[in-house]
This record gives sequence, structure tokens and C-alpha cells, in this order.
Amino acid sequence: MLQGLISRISGPVVYAHGMRGSRLYDVVRVGHEQLNGEIIRLDADEAVIQVYEDTSGLKVGEEVVDTESPLSVELGPGIISSIYDGIQRPLPILMEKSGDFISRGITAPGLDRDRKWEFAPSVKQGDALVAGDVVGTVHEYHIEHKIMVPPNVSGTVTEIAGGNFTVEDTVCVLDNKTNVTMMQKWPVRIGRPYAKKLDATSPLLTGQRIFDSMFPVTKGGTAMIPGGFGTGKTVSEQTLAKWADAQIIVYIGCGERGNEMTDVLTEFPALVDPRTKRPLIQRTIMIANTSNMPVAAREASIYTGITMAEYYRDMGYDVALMADSTSRWGEALREVSGRLEEMPGEEGYPAYLATRLAAFYERAGRVVCLGADGRTGSITVVGAVSPPGGDFSEPITQNTLRIAGAFWALDTSLAYRRHFPAVNWINSYSLYLDSVQESFVDSIAYDWRDLRDKTMFLLQKEVELQEIVQLVGPDALPETEKAILEVTRMIREDFLQQSAFDEIDSFCPLEKQYWMLKAILAFNDATTEALSRGISLQQVLALPVKTAIARMKEQEELDAIKGLIDVIDSSVGSLEAAT
Amino acid sequence: MTSHSLLTKEYRTINYVSGPLIFTENVKGVSFGETAKITLPNGEERTGQVLDVSRELAVVQVFEGTSGIDDLNTRVRFTGEPPKVNVSFDMLGRIFDGVGNPRDGGPAIVSEESVDITGTPINPYARDKPADFIQTGMSAIDGLNTLVRGQKLPIFSGSGLPASRLAAQIARQAKVVGEGENFAVIFAAMGITYKDASFFMRDFERTGALERVVFFMNLADDPTIERVATPRCALSVAEYLAYTHDLHVLVILTDMTNYCEALREISTAREEVPGRRGYPGYMYTDLASIYERAGRIKGKRGSITQIPILTMPDDDITHPVPDLTGYITEGQIVLSRDLYRRGVDPPIDALPCLSRLMNLGIGPGKTREDHRNVADQLYASYAYGRDLRRLVAIVGEEALTELDKKYLEFADEFERRFISQGDEDRDIETTFGIGWDVLSMLPEEELKRIKLDYIQKYHPVHKGS
Repeated sequence: MLQGLISRISGPVVYAHGMRGSRLYDVVRVGHEQLNGEIIRLDADEAVIQVYEDTSGLKVGEEVVDTESPLSVELGPGIISSIYDGIQRPLPILMEKSGDFISRGITAPGLDRDRKWEFAPSVKQGDALVAGDVVGTVHEYHIEHKIMVPPNVSGTVTEIAGGNFTVEDTVCVLDNKTNVTMMQKWPVRIGRPYAKKLDATSPLLTGQRIFDSMFPVTKGGTAMIPGGFGTGKTVSEQTLAKWADAQIIVYIGCGERGNEMTDVLTEFPALVDPRTKRPLIQRTIMIANTSNMPVAAREASIYTGITMAEYYRDMGYDVALMADSTSRWGEALREVSGRLEEMPGEEGYPAYLATRLAAFYERAGRVVCLGADGRTGSITVVGAVSPPGGDFSEPITQNTLRIAGAFWALDTSLAYRRHFPAVNWINSYSLYLDSVQESFVDSIAYDWRDLRDKTMFLLQKEVELQEIVQLVGPDALPETEKAILEVTRMIREDFLQQSAFDEIDSFCPLEKQYWMLKAILAFNDATTEALSRGISLQQVLALPVKTAIARMKEQEELDAIKGLIDVIDSSVGSLEAAT
Repeated sequence: MTSHSLLTKEYRTINYVSGPLIFTENVKGVSFGETAKITLPNGEERTGQVLDVSRELAVVQVFEGTSGIDDLNTRVRFTGEPPKVNVSFDMLGRIFDGVGNPRDGGPAIVSEESVDITGTPINPYARDKPADFIQTGMSAIDGLNTLVRGQKLPIFSGSGLPASRLAAQIARQAKVVGEGENFAVIFAAMGITYKDASFFMRDFERTGALERVVFFMNLADDPTIERVATPRCALSVAEYLAYTHDLHVLVILTDMTNYCEALREISTAREEVPGRRGYPGYMYTDLASIYERAGRIKGKRGSITQIPILTMPDDDITHPVPDLTGYITEGQIVLSRDLYRRGVDPPIDALPCLSRLMNLGIGPGKTREDHRNVADQLYASYAYGRDLRRLVAIVGEEALTELDKKYLEFADEFERRFISQGDEDRDIETTFGIGWDVLSMLPEEELKRIKLDYIQKYHPVHKGS
């Protein structure tokens, strides 16, 4: 094995000489403590290494060993409900080995080597298999974990048997002497192959009104949530992780708070997926590389996460990946780049920031998986962005904007008045409106898009009217325009606002969303009609139906909301002009 | 240390001195991050830390500053150890300098343990969820932005605003219902004036809490670079007291802006690529390595709660120091010059304040079932009232509707009665009482954020009946 010596240590970056012959992105073990690192530059016989652990105590002259393999993750049964650090070391194992604090130089395999899984073959001797074909299944909780022929392998089955196996046992032998095990290793920086990319057309439903009804994202799409601190990025990401209708969730805590990961860890086992009625933890994979954990491992964490997501996508599942926050990943990139003394681009970020970001987001998508059965799977990526000072003109936000299909702009002033989710409806957009049109019409109603556009029109109108009010006061507006302000207030407070912590309101089914919006717009139409009959706005607003609209969120019965529309029509319709 | 002196070499090979850094040539066997002892020509000894080491050169930052260091006679000795601080239970009631040496004239500490001040990250899996409500006696905090044990909740202040008084009041009043004497306060001063420091000392003395406090003092005229070590020393002691002696430790760090400036000074001297406003690009990571040391650990009885104080230069909340802090801490308490001028005491501007862990510490069994609803309602109504104030400034009060006038009045009362409280120590029930009182100024149907049941149960109008 190739061996060199440390010649310089500068924070997380270590220089080693005598490394000629090593490859870029090879994993190395650094120093007596065998810290994990990765080669990020080669310069004659010197290799520059980013180290995934704290480098304090390393000395010049200690040895560096090249493992001659790139940074890889282990893929197989046992990933779900695990919590890993940025380089796939299971945190519970680290705790067993080193206690409450993470010490250095510990290795721990990503998958449990001793645990046995019950393997049920789905092919028989003599079957010809290609890469991606399913040779059998294992039950990982309620999820059917498909054991696949690894990419770049094919052949005819010569041996296969069911039974209990560990991840390293051979479960199937092919005629070219390939032993298929339940575990695959895959380098994180390379996307897993698929047969074909498809257009994404079905929505990723989240139970959040502002997302589903106003700015939907598709299964296989990408979304970004930028926002200053305290605007609710993490709560949004966690809410999505809880309620999104994906089969697998990968949650990456990338350079964020430790207590937040504890929150996910303690909350998810107790929460129940409204669709499968299983604890949420049984579909969740967590990667926690908190802000005080080594910065290079933070850089790796999003790749580790998306590789796992791709693995489950390859089985034909819909996977949603939450990365909180991609800014911290960008900063890790910047820190390492700074130590390499690279020429800085905008705001000190390396010039390759945009390409790296694009390459990451492009690993999302809906695909036809490898394998003869032509199954499809998808990865949806939702990336939080933490712009310094809440200023969206900074490089990470801007570069992500060029790639992401849905833009959910969080707004500090909304957060200050506790309007949550603090998604600014004027600045946000979704490029998937047309893609999900068909699916929404099928599942909800033909006029979904009309309602949505009408709502946006009113909200836009509100902005214009507010400007006038700021100049001349609300009294100067005619009744019809005052009515618009009342309706938009209703839209904001009774529809867009949604409590992530309320038992009923935290998850709002799509159908309920539709009827809520329909009721508010019915109120709008009825009011307009009443005003035209000479009835004053005061009279309309005094009706008890206004309070009923405000309480729709708490309403569990869909029929009650549907019934509200008749009540609105009849009560507003029967008003008579004061004489 | 003496056992090392036989093995370690002394170098007289300083070839470059710049700002807080010295560059020593031809070093051998030096490890990254280790402590260096620098002996000046006049015999004075200073302490430094290795920031960068290569085959030819070691870059050392000198905590006490580099004035008086020459490149001929100054000797550098590498100890082979990371910077450490001696910790002991006896530190309670004592005063230390920024790196942990006694500065109160008392005897040296007989250390029970010597720990690396850098600390190691808590395994997120080992963390326990913060869940205990801390009653600070301040309505703006208890009612709206509840503090829980293991949280890090900074105070964003401006120059001239009474952040110290607020912090001292919190430290004085903070209690968890049903708790005994197992608490300690660690006070780390970084670059603050003697006046500020002595204010805290007097306040602790007055309330008889002095023997439960450990002071780390790096005052404005103390060496700048020492400040980089001060919060780390303080937190190392905090961890020791919390996890070895089962104490609930409250750590007050003031002023983090001075800390960040020291960091910037080192970064500039190293000629690093500067980030925003000249602060280093890794400041987020660096601050995280301090703030993330707050928390609770499964199976341990003690906890660390942090209240860092920082000054927003020019009251600008988007300045890198408050900005990066806000991204790491679990909320923030923001002071406002406007409210201060208007005599609101404490001048807490509720709108930008936040406690991210609030939900973990409130609700039935902890505070009261209507807590979340009441807080949301107060926020929403106050925010609307504040918007109206701006509007009134332009169009005059006459242009407002009757309802809007009520909101305007509500906003004033809210500041005057709910936020402002002076030295009063309010229990949580009192806070709720005042909250409902001011809310009852608004028509009942405006209280959309509150569940109907709670209105029936707690609204002053219904409560009496």
C-alpha cells in the first residue's frame, strides 16, 4: 500500500509527500491515530488531504497510508432508521466506542456485520440477470428492501437460496463467478447509474398548504428554501420530512444544531406516518454532521446522503432528501479551498461552487432504474439555504436558484409576526405548476389551477393596494378594494398560515386544502356580488360565517367545509341593503 | 510539565513576527494545535498555540501578544500538549484570568483534572432533548421566548443598551420549579470594561450567589488574543461541573463581538482570504465550536445553558457576528434602542426575538396548555399594531378604523405592561395573567390564534363568570 509522510498541517488540511501514484479522491489514513481523510489535490509527489476529523496533535513526519479506494458508502439492509455522521459512521456505535463525545480515529462500518436478515429469493437457477435486476428481497421494517445485481454486473444464476444471512454472505452466485451479497459499496461522489431519466409529473404532497396548493414540487423535482435565521428553514425541512408522501426520507443535518438532530431522533419514532400508519423513523435515514463536527466531513455528508437516496431510488422507491443546510456545505467547501490557497471567486467561495451545486442537485430526478423490469423511482431534493444577513444576492442562493425548480423564499418580516410557514407568496415560485396539472385534475378537481391562479391574483392585488394604503390610509379605498383586502387577509391568516405544531393543522390533506381555498374564494365572490347590490362591507363582515372560515383549519370533517360554501352563499346572499 | 522539559528542545529560530503571530523555523516533532512556551529576553514567559506546522516552519499565535519578542534571543519551547485548563470543584467563587490562572490573589487551584480547552463535539446521538422550563421571571422571555435547560439563547444588544442588567437579572432569577442548590454560573468576560465586569460581580455579591460563580476575566486592557481561549476555558470548566459534578450550569459569555474581533485579528495576520467584513470564512465553524457546547447528555444529571451577549455594531442585526450567531444558537433575545428611549425596561424588542426550543419547555405539566396559543396571539396582534404605528405616522390616527385603533392601543399597553417590568420577578402565572389582560383589549373574534376552549377557560371575561 502506498505510504507517505506528513509535511504540513493547516487546520483540516494536511499535506503529505512521497505520495506519487495515489489517485485524486482516494481515502487515506492520516497519522498514528489513523484519521480518515481524502486526497483533494495532487502536486508532484505531494498530496493535499482534507481530514474528516480534528487534526490537533498530528505531527509533521507521521505516516499517511493510501487505502486506494475512493470515499464510499455501504448500501444494504440496515440503513433505514440509522443515524450516521458525514462519512457513514453510525453514531450509536461511535457512542459505544468513545462515549458521549466523539473522539478521533474510530472506525465503524456503516452496516451491522453480525445482524442476519431473512432473504427471500425472487429468481431461480438458470435465470439470466442484468445489472439492477432484483435477486430477492429482505424486509426492512415494512419496506421491501430489494437486493439488486450491482451496476456493471450481469450473468446467469448458478446458485441461489433463501434463508438468514448477514450482509457479507453470498446470497446468489452468477455464472461468471460473481458473488452477489446483500451489501454494495458505492463511491459517494459518483452518481449511481440508471437506465433513463424521465419527466417528473406527479406532485410530492406534503400536507402543507403553501407548498401543495401554491408552489408544488414534483416527485423527482428540486426545491430550495432560503431564509435568514429564525425564518423556519429547519422547521420546514422537518415538517416535510414528517409529512411528504415519499417512501423513504433522507434527512441530512449538515453543519446545523445538535439539539435539532436530537429533536428528530426523539420525535420521529413517536410520530406516525399518516399514510402507512407506521412510525416515521421506519422510513427515515439520518445523517448528522453538526456545526461543531469536523468541517471536511460536513462537505462529504450531502454526498453520503444522496448516494443512499439513489440506492433506494434504484429499488423503485420515491425518495425525498432534505439537506439542512446547503450553505454550511458551501462554507465547508470555502474553508477547504481557502486552506488550499486557491484563487477565491465571489465572497471567497471557490470558482467551482456553481458546478458542484449543480452536480449535486442534478442527482435528483425521476428515472427508469436499471434492471429488466423497467421500474421507476425518484429522488426529490429539498435544500435549505442560509444566506448571510438574509440577503438572497449571495452566491449560494443565486447559484441554487439557477437549478432549483421550486423556490420557497422565507421572509424575516413574516417570521417576526409569527406567520408560519414564513414563505413569501410574492417572491416564491414553482416551475412545476404545469407538470402537476394533470395529476391534480385527476385527484382533486378540474378547477384547481383556476383557484390557485385567482388566489395569486388577489394576493398580488393586495400588494398594490397596500402601497396605496401606506400613502393615503385605508379609508380612501372604495368598498370593493377594501373587500379585497379583507379576503386576502383571510387567505393569509386562514389558509396560508399553518401551524407545524398543531395536532390537526400540521398535516392538511390535499382535498381539504382545495375546499378551504374554494370556501374563501366563494366568500370573495359572494361579497363582490353583495357589494354590487348596495350592501356595505360592514354588513358582510359582521356575519358569523367569517369566524367559521377562520376555524376551518381546526375542522377535521371535510363535509363541514364543503357545507360552508352553501352557508356563505345563502347568508351573504340573503343580506339586504340597509335603508 | 517538568517531565517534558528533559525531552523538549528550545528554539531560537524566530524569523518573522507579525501581529499576534510568530514564525519559528527548523522545528522538529511539533504537532498541530499544541501549546508553546515563549521566553522573552527579559525572562518573561508567554503562552502560544501552533496554528500551522510544516517541515520548515511552525506558526504560533501568542495569547499575550507579541510586543517585546525579538528574533534573536526569544526562545520557543513546544510542550507537546494541547492548551489545557485545570478544573476543580473549588473553582466556584473564584476569579481567573482569560486562560484560567487565578487573578483574585487566592491560592492556585489544586486541579482534579486537566482538560483540553478545545473540547470535543458531543455525539448528537448522546444528546438528551432539552425539556425543562427555566423560569427567568421575565415576561418577554418566559411568556414569548421560553428558555429551556441546555439551550443557547444569546442577547443581541447595541452599545449603550442594558444587556448586562438583563443577563444579571436572568442569572439571579432563573429557576426551575422544584430545584435545589445544584446550580452554578460561569461568567466569561472577553474584552469588556472593568466597570461592566464589576457590575456583574457586585450583582452576584448582592444576591449572595457569588460562591456559586466562576469568573473568567479578560478585560478590555488584557491581551486580545487571550480572548480566543477564554470562552473555551470557561466551557471546559462548565462541562466538568455539569457532567462530573451534576450541576446545572449557566454560562454567560460577554462580549462575543470582542471575541470575533480577536479571531479576525489572527486571521488577518495569517493573510487569509477574508470573508464578510474581514472576518474569516471559518467564523461560523469557530463560533459553533463554542455555542454547540451547550446541551444535555443522556444519563447525566447536569446541563449547560448558555447566554452569550453580543453587541451589534451600529445595531445592525445582519452584521456577521449576530448573523452567524443567530444561525447557530437556538433563538435570540434582541434589545431595541427605540424601546429603551421610550423607557421600556428591559427594552426587549419582541418581534425579532425567538426561542427555538420553546415548544419543548411549555404546555400542560410544564407551564400551561394555552401557552403556545397565547404567545402566538400576542405576537400576531403586536406585529399588526406595530405596522399600524408606521401607517399612523403617515396618514394620521383619524384615518384608522375603530378596530385598528384598538390594535394601536394594544401595542402600547403590551409594551408598557407585558414587556416592561423593571426589577420585578414574575412567575409564569403572573405573566399569563398580564398577557390575557392586554389581549382582552381586543374583540374576542380577533383572537384567531387561540383555541375556543382556551378562550372560554382563560379569557378574563369568561373567567369571572
